[in-house]
Amino acid sequence: MTGNTNKNTGSHPFIELKDLSKHFGDFVAVDTVNLQIGRGELFSILGASGCGKTTLLRMMAGFETPTSGRIFIDGVDVTDQAPYQRPVNMMFQSYAIFPHMTVEKNVAYGLEKDRVSKGEIKTRVSEILELVQLTRFSKRKPNQLSGGERQRVALARALVKRPKVLLLDEPLAALDKKLREHTQFELMNIQDELGITFVVVTHDQEEAMILSSRIAVMEKGRFEQVGTPKEVYEYPDNRFVADFIGTINMFEGTVETAGDGSISVASDEAGAPLTGLTDRIMENGVKVCIAVRPEKIFISQHEPENQEDTCLPGVVEDLGYFGNLSLYRIRLDSGKIVQVSAQNRRRSAERFLEWDDRVFISWPPRSAIVLTE
Amino acid sequence: MSAGTDKGRDMLWQRFTVAIPYIWLLIFFLAPFAIILKISTADPIIAQPPFTPTFDDGGALLATADNYKFLLTDKLYIITYLKSVSMAATATILCLLLGFPMAYGIARAGSAARSILLLLVILPFWISFLLRVYAWMGLLNNHGVINNFLMWLGIIDAPLQLIYTDFAIYIGLVYSYLPFMILPLYAILERMDLDLVDAALDLGARPSQAFWDVTWPLARPGVIAGCLLVFIPAMGEYVIPYLLGGPEALMIGRVLFDEFFVNRDWPLASSVAIVLLMMLVVPIVFLQRSQAKDAGGAA
Amino acid sequence: MNRKTSRFVLSVLAFGYAFLYIPLASVIVYSFNDSRLATVWGGFSTRWYGELLRNEQVLDAAFLSLRIAVTTATFATIFGTMAGMALSRFGGFRGRTLFAGMIISPLVMPEVITGLSLLLLFISLQQLIGWPAHRGFTTITIAHTTFAMAYVTVIIQSRLSGMDQSLEEAAMDLGGRPLRVVFDITLPLIAPAMVAGWLLAFTLSLDDLVIATFVSGPGGSTLPMLIFSKVKLGVTPDINALATLIILFVSISVIVAWYAMRRMQRQTEKNMQTAAK
Repeated sequence: MTGNTNKNTGSHPFIELKDLSKHFGDFVAVDTVNLQIGRGELFSILGASGCGKTTLLRMMAGFETPTSGRIFIDGVDVTDQAPYQRPVNMMFQSYAIFPHMTVEKNVAYGLEKDRVSKGEIKTRVSEILELVQLTRFSKRKPNQLSGGERQRVALARALVKRPKVLLLDEPLAALDKKLREHTQFELMNIQDELGITFVVVTHDQEEAMILSSRIAVMEKGRFEQVGTPKEVYEYPDNRFVADFIGTINMFEGTVETAGDGSISVASDEAGAPLTGLTDRIMENGVKVCIAVRPEKIFISQHEPENQEDTCLPGVVEDLGYFGNLSLYRIRLDSGKIVQVSAQNRRRSAERFLEWDDRVFISWPPRSAIVLTE
Repeated sequence: MSAGTDKGRDMLWQRFTVAIPYIWLLIFFLAPFAIILKISTADPIIAQPPFTPTFDDGGALLATADNYKFLLTDKLYIITYLKSVSMAATATILCLLLGFPMAYGIARAGSAARSILLLLVILPFWISFLLRVYAWMGLLNNHGVINNFLMWLGIIDAPLQLIYTDFAIYIGLVYSYLPFMILPLYAILERMDLDLVDAALDLGARPSQAFWDVTWPLARPGVIAGCLLVFIPAMGEYVIPYLLGGPEALMIGRVLFDEFFVNRDWPLASSVAIVLLMMLVVPIVFLQRSQAKDAGGAA
Repeated sequence: MNRKTSRFVLSVLAFGYAFLYIPLASVIVYSFNDSRLATVWGGFSTRWYGELLRNEQVLDAAFLSLRIAVTTATFATIFGTMAGMALSRFGGFRGRTLFAGMIISPLVMPEVITGLSLLLLFISLQQLIGWPAHRGFTTITIAHTTFAMAYVTVIIQSRLSGMDQSLEEAAMDLGGRPLRVVFDITLPLIAPAMVAGWLLAFTLSLDDLVIATFVSGPGGSTLPMLIFSKVKLGVTPDINALATLIILFVSISVIVAWYAMRRMQRQTEKNMQTAAK
């Protein structure tokens, strides 16, 4: 999946948003957003509902006029263009399939509006229906289709016009879990095959992680972080992103000693000094947060020997067995609850941990994320 | 108490619930039509009641089709029926032209404004129909508000003849039946997924094309219901042509009324009613179909 | 999110509402006209209101109309609720198609036909069984009930079909017999619709001219019949005053009812949501 690893390396960005804002009365839906997306990227905008991601997408499609700022697509300023003039197509969350037209008619609609010749419409429609595997449904009406089939009609209808950019508003939200997983990969294959730039809006972080070449995490109309899935997961810029993506344990504290790319943090919550690695120059006494993902933490009934690792004692408060892995909630002496997930590699050779067992949790310094914001 | 008698009592109660309105409608809705049909085949006589019986004393059938023959050959009646159809149809189209953009505007307004705008459409409907027609008499009079206003502006020197014209009838019909057009249209436009229009724009349609390709076909059930709800009562309208139309304004409702009360020709009035009903059966059945379909679709 | 409404739609809306309300406004203004010539402005006066209230003919007709309207609305609501429940809750029963057809038809039947057919029925009944001996209150009420119950049925039916049947099923599941369930669950839930139906039937009855003209006898003049006999002769100032009173009364009632129903509806929705959680 080469499309997935494409990064924005070209000299001029394919999509560029400059100081884009949208106000609805007093409410600021999108707040001076700047963004550059490269050609052929599969870019996701991830955020909770009401964060402004849909408004941003609708501005790119031309349904909302920005309060200020400009939008460029392939070097052209499209800010003042009407939706029907933009080289952009959208797949709606509701799919918005015309209920009074057959699948074929739905897909052909955009080409008819562009006055493409009848013969070409026919070939292009059948090509795209082939691509989304809907050829045998071409004469059906939308109400005779399943959710997944409708989704593919919506996709085909938007793709048949060969837009420069395809905008997808929660493309998988209406599908059930099984279908969603299958469709995710289908979507990626299609994107890879056609090389069209995709911009996806979603509230589902898992979906964003799997699909995207890059992710923008959005909150209250602003981007909190833009980066590859790996970057936003492993190296979150701030507490919001760290907390929003996946599960994380956070320990508040102050810097005690700093230097040599490593800091030691005193934290009442942890009950012991915490070590973290950071490039930034920190002064003593600065408030920071040490964050650790549950899967980065080791759990053991014996105190580990490695002195470099951070090690905290605690008691198993709660545990859940999920087959391939187990989740633990460990209560530290300070009362802080820490979540730990562990792969169940062995088959009961070792005794399983039980409630109220005394345990030690530990992680190497490189697993700790140092957050200042 | 056993479960059986419980069940029996519930069944009895259900039957009772159906039976009361059922019997009421059989007596006061269905039976009258049988009677109209019977009288429409009688001859008028000067007596009480003023028509001949269906059977004579010996039991021989006296029914005649003379009234229908008369209606279908008399030029005046044929013209009146045609004129009624054309006036009702014109009024329906005028209602649609005014009502569709209104319903559209209301459906697209913000939710607070929408509720008030809707109330303002329904409000006149609750105010006496007669008084609403009467209000137009005051406006359209030769010395009425509109003429006075136009003369005051200096646009005209002498009053225009507005009242007692077909124009006045159209005004009255549109005014009285506009809510019947707006409400079903509003109901369907309000439910419509706005993403569909956006999708059409997104796919390259201009706003006007998006309207004709998407909004209009999807609103069609509402258009049909609204048009029938205006057309059917407008066909039989009596008060509006009487108060706003000229003496030559022949609409079938008024002719029926006069035939019955002025000429006291009950059999002819009955056959006028039956013919009118026949003309309306097609649109009425159409309306019931469309509403049944609508209810089925919603369920 | 609101989309921009085009200028065309806005201007049609403005025109439409002006069209709906200018006639009413002009009636109200002219009701305070001192001049007997209803169309010439002769200064402000409330004298026509005084004359109206001293006119016994008008008061008698208004009283008769109100009695008919209240009786009609009550019977129409009872029958209409029964019919609505039968159509939306009893499933198929014998003669259902005919029943549904008879319920819907009065909604669209031209008034002249309904009026004529009922009059001919009453006359035939009188000849056969001697009842009704006089035409007036009773015959008008019967006629009005027949067409008003159709409206009530439609309102009840749409309310019931929009309502979750699972509530009633749950009540039966908990051991309620169908009849009890109707009184404990169904009726309270459709009460707002019954109130709306009652008000609609009341208004329809109060409003009707044509059917009442057919089925009424000598002496039994409803308010619309009286107004019509005066209006035939042209615009008169006392009718302006009467119209103003009716417009104001109806507007205030409708606005109050609208407001109350909106609040009630919101409350119900909230309750339903809370219950659903």
